[in-house]
Amino acid sequence: MAKVVKTRIEMEGETVERSVVVEGEAPPPWTEDTVLSLIGGARPRVDGPARVSGRAVYTADVRLPGMLYAKILRCPHAHARLRRIDVAPAMALRGVRAVLSHRTAPPIQWQNGVLLFDETLRFAGDEVAAVAADDEDIAQDALELIEVDYEVLPFVVDPEAALRPDAPRIHPRGNRSSPPRVYQRGDVARGFADADIVVETVVRTPTALHNCMEPHGSVAWRDGDTLVIWDSTQHVHGVREQVAETLGLPLSRVRVISEYIGGGFGSKQGVGKYTIIAALLARLTSRPVQLMLDRREENLATGNRHETIQRLRIGARRDGSLTAIDLRAIAAIGAYGGQPMAIAGPVQEFYRCPNVLTEEVGAFTNTGPTCAFRAPGYTEGAYGLETALDELAARLEIDPLELRLRNYADVNPVSGRPFSSKPLRELYRLGAEQIGWHDKRRPECGPTGARRRGVGMATATWGGGGGPPAHALVRINSDATVDVLVGTQDIGTGTKTVLATIAAEELGLSIQAVRVALGDTLAGPYCPVSAGSMTVASVGPAVRQAAREARQALRDVAATFLEVPASQLDIQDGEIVATMSPDRRMTIEDLAGRLNRFQIIGKGSRGANPNDVDIRTFGAQFAEVQVDTETGQVEVCRLVAVHECGRVINPLTTSSQVEGGVVQGIGYALMEERIVDPRTGKVLNPNLDDYKLPTVQDAPVVEVTMDDHVDERANVLGAKGLGEPPIIPTAPAIANAVAHALGRPLVEFPLTRARLLQALQEGQVGNGSSHPRPLSPRERGRGHRR
Amino acid sequence: MVRATTRRRAEIVVRGPGPVPIRLRVNGADYDLLVEPRRTLLDALRNDLCLTGTKKSCDLGECGACTVLLDGRAIYACLALAIECTGREITTIEGLGDGVALDPVQQAFVDRDAYQCGFCTPGQVMAVKALLNRSPMPSEAEVRQALSGNLCRCGAYQHIVEAALQAAGVADPTARRPRPVAEEGICGEGR
Repeated sequence: MAKVVKTRIEMEGETVERSVVVEGEAPPPWTEDTVLSLIGGARPRVDGPARVSGRAVYTADVRLPGMLYAKILRCPHAHARLRRIDVAPAMALRGVRAVLSHRTAPPIQWQNGVLLFDETLRFAGDEVAAVAADDEDIAQDALELIEVDYEVLPFVVDPEAALRPDAPRIHPRGNRSSPPRVYQRGDVARGFADADIVVETVVRTPTALHNCMEPHGSVAWRDGDTLVIWDSTQHVHGVREQVAETLGLPLSRVRVISEYIGGGFGSKQGVGKYTIIAALLARLTSRPVQLMLDRREENLATGNRHETIQRLRIGARRDGSLTAIDLRAIAAIGAYGGQPMAIAGPVQEFYRCPNVLTEEVGAFTNTGPTCAFRAPGYTEGAYGLETALDELAARLEIDPLELRLRNYADVNPVSGRPFSSKPLRELYRLGAEQIGWHDKRRPECGPTGARRRGVGMATATWGGGGGPPAHALVRINSDATVDVLVGTQDIGTGTKTVLATIAAEELGLSIQAVRVALGDTLAGPYCPVSAGSMTVASVGPAVRQAAREARQALRDVAATFLEVPASQLDIQDGEIVATMSPDRRMTIEDLAGRLNRFQIIGKGSRGANPNDVDIRTFGAQFAEVQVDTETGQVEVCRLVAVHECGRVINPLTTSSQVEGGVVQGIGYALMEERIVDPRTGKVLNPNLDDYKLPTVQDAPVVEVTMDDHVDERANVLGAKGLGEPPIIPTAPAIANAVAHALGRPLVEFPLTRARLLQALQEGQVGNGSSHPRPLSPRERGRGHRR
Repeated sequence: MVRATTRRRAEIVVRGPGPVPIRLRVNGADYDLLVEPRRTLLDALRNDLCLTGTKKSCDLGECGACTVLLDGRAIYACLALAIECTGREITTIEGLGDGVALDPVQQAFVDRDAYQCGFCTPGQVMAVKALLNRSPMPSEAEVRQALSGNLCRCGAYQHIVEAALQAAGVADPTARRPRPVAEEGICGEGR
C-alpha cells in the first residue's frame, strides 16, 4: 500500500523536509547478527570487463547513422555585449547543417533571467553561437567563420572587488548573488568575552576545476515521438525533467540515457546548455546531433569549486574548549548562480561550540559559474577551520588532536539530536596510532635542516544518509536470471556492483545471475541524483525491498508446486529448498519454466528516515610531509585515511573511493588552481598542462582504514555513503603537516612551490620553534582560573 | 566605448586540401579510408572506424586517455596524424584479448579495481601493455614512470600500479608499503 510520509533529507549541507510516497513493507534491517554471504566481500565490478575492453559506451562514444557533430562559439571577452553577429559565412561552408545564435535560437530562459543565447556575455567562455556539421573539423572551421562585433564592457573577476559599490554590474540587481546566508547559535560576543585566547585568520582557497576525463556533452535525436538524449550526467531523471520543462515537452516524451559516465564530481548534476543546444540542433536538422565539449571548454564553462575568502575568529579557554567561532566567508559564484556552497558547514557542526555565527556571501564575478564539486563547501570550509584550529592548538600549546577531542561533539551541535552512529573518537585513535602521531608531534620535533618533516591531521563530517524518493524493480526471468531496474546511474563509484550484490544477497542467488539496468529513464523508475554521497543509502534499500518482494512471490509460487508452506521455503544458490525436508526442492529455472512465461516482478521504494537521530558520516586523516625549503616542494610521504560509512558493502570499491578522494585532495592542497588574468579576465590555464592534476607520481600509498560497523538506524542495509567524505580532510591535514614542518601557519592555498617559497621568505621560518606564536603574557594572564 | 570584432575571411571557404586515401592497419586488419590530411589518428579511429574504446579527453597530448600502440610502443593518438600511420601496426584497446578472455593486463585492472569512472582506463591499459612489451618485469618505480603521462581524475593510481605489477607477475603487489623515511629532517632525530 502506498502512503505519504514526511521525512528529513540532507544533501550537501542542506536539510529539507519533504513529503514522499513510500510503498510496500520495508524489510527488517540487516543487523550485526544477520548472516550475509555476499555483502562485505571484496569483489570486482560487474561491469569491469566492459570498462577495460573499451566496450563501455559513454556519451562521447555514441555513434548514430547520420549523426552530426556540434561545436559552440564562446565569447573571448570577460564581459561584452553582442552588437552584431553574422553567421552566413559559416552557413555557406560545405558540410555545415545548422547554426544557432542569439538571433535564431528560441528565447529560452536559462538562469538569473538570462537567455540560453543572451545578448550580454558575462565571462570569457559564455555561449555565443553553435554549429552542427557533418564532421567535427568542419564544425570547428565554421565557428571561425562566424563574424561577431562585441562591445567590450568593464569586468570584475575578484569576488571582494565585485562586492564594492563601484564594481561593474554583472546582473541588474548587483553583484550579490543571493542574500547573505546567516546562521547563529548562542551569542558570539559573550563567547569571545569568555575566551582566554582568540585566533584570527584570513584563509584563501583557490578555484579548483573538475576536469572530468569525459567532457560534458550530449547526443540528441528524435526517435518517433520521443526526444532521446544521451547525456554524461549524474542524474538521468533530473535531466529528463529539465529538458522537458525547458523545451515544453511532456515528461513521457523525453528519455535520457547515461549508462557510463566518465566522471562528474558534482559538475554533471543537471541539464547543461550543451544538452539543450544539441536538442535544438537535432530539431533544426532532423538528424542526431552530438555535442561534446573540449578540454578548454571544460576548464572555462562547466563549473568549478568556488574560490573563497574565509575570515575566521575562534575563541577558546586555556584548556582548549571552544567558546566562540565567527566565520565570514565570501565566495566567487562566477557569472551565474545563486547561493554559495555550505562553506560554514564545518564551523557549524564539526565541534561542540556554544556560540557560533556564520555568514556566507556569494559574489557574481565575470568568470565561469561555480557548481557543486565533491563535498561542496565543506572541503573549502574544512581548509579554514581545520588550519585555524591548529594555529589555536599551537598557541595554547595543546596537541592538535587533543584539542579536537576536547571539543568532541557527542550530539549534532546544529540540531541537538544524537547521531545514528558516530565512531569518530575511534577513527582518531586508529589514525593517530597508525601514523605514529604522538611520537612525531613531540615538542622537541622542531624544524631543522633544508628538508623538514611534519605531521598534521584533520576531521571530516558529512551527510550520506540518503533518503526517499528512490524506487526499484526486480524481475526474475524464466532462465533464473534477474534484472534489477533502477533509474539511478553509476558515475564510477561502483553503484552497479553494489546494487547487484544487494539483490543477489536478498534473493539467494549468485551475483553473476543478476544484471543491473541503470542510467536510462525508460528502463528504471525514479532515483535521486548521484550526489551528496546518497546513492547506496537511497537506492540500495529500494533494491533490497524489491528483491525481497520478488523472493516472497517466488516462494509463494513454489509452495504450490512443492506442497510445502511458503514460510518453510528458503532460496539457496538458485534453488528453492524446503527447510524441514531438504529433499523437497526445485531450481528457480525449473519453477520459472512451469510459470508459462509469467514473470515475477518485485517493487521496492526507499522508506522514510528516522526523525529522532541525524545520519552523518565521519572520517579523520593524518598526513606526513617533507618540505624542501630550498625548492618549496612538498612531498606527501604518508597519508592515513580512517573513515566510516556504516556497513561496508564492498571493501574493494570502498578503498577506491577513499583513495580517489585523497588524491583529489592532494591536488587541491598542493597544485590545483585556476588562474585568471586580472588585466583581461581570461583564464590563463584552461588545459591539463598548466592546470596541474595529480599524476601517479604525486599519489602516495594511501593507507585506508574503514571502521566497518552496522549503522542500524540509518536504513535497512546499515550502510551510509562515502563518495565525498574522503576529500574533506585531505588538504587541511597536509596544510597542517606543512605548518608543523615549517613552524608557522599557512593561510593561502594551494601550497605551490612559489607560494611556499614566498611564505618562507616572508616569515620567520627556521627559528627552531614548531609553535607559531605562543600565548603572550597578556593572553596568559587573562580569563578564567579553573 | 571599446569595440572588438572577430572578423575572419569574408569569402566562402572550403577548408582543405581535401580528403586523401590511406590504408591503416589496426588490430591486425587493413582499413582503406578517405581522410583529410589533418585528421588525427584518434579521430580516424573513433569517427571513421567507430573504434570508440580509445578515448578523447584533452585532444592536446596532455592526458594520455587516447594512448594506443604504434608498432608496439605507446603513443598519444591525438598527436599523430592518421596519414603518418600508414604502414604501421596500430593496436587499440579493442585489439587486446581474444574476444572471449581478457588480456592479462585487462584482467588485472578488473581484479584490482584499477579504475573508477573508467574513461582513462583504455589508455592506462595500453600504457601498461607498452611498458610490459619493453620491460616484462618492471619495478614499481618503472611502472610509475611509464604511467606518469596518463592522468586519472578519479585518482585510482594506487590500484593501477598494483594492476600493472600483477599483470607483470610481480609478487604481492598489494603489500602497501609506506615510502621509506628520508635521511634528513626526521622528526625527533638529527638534532
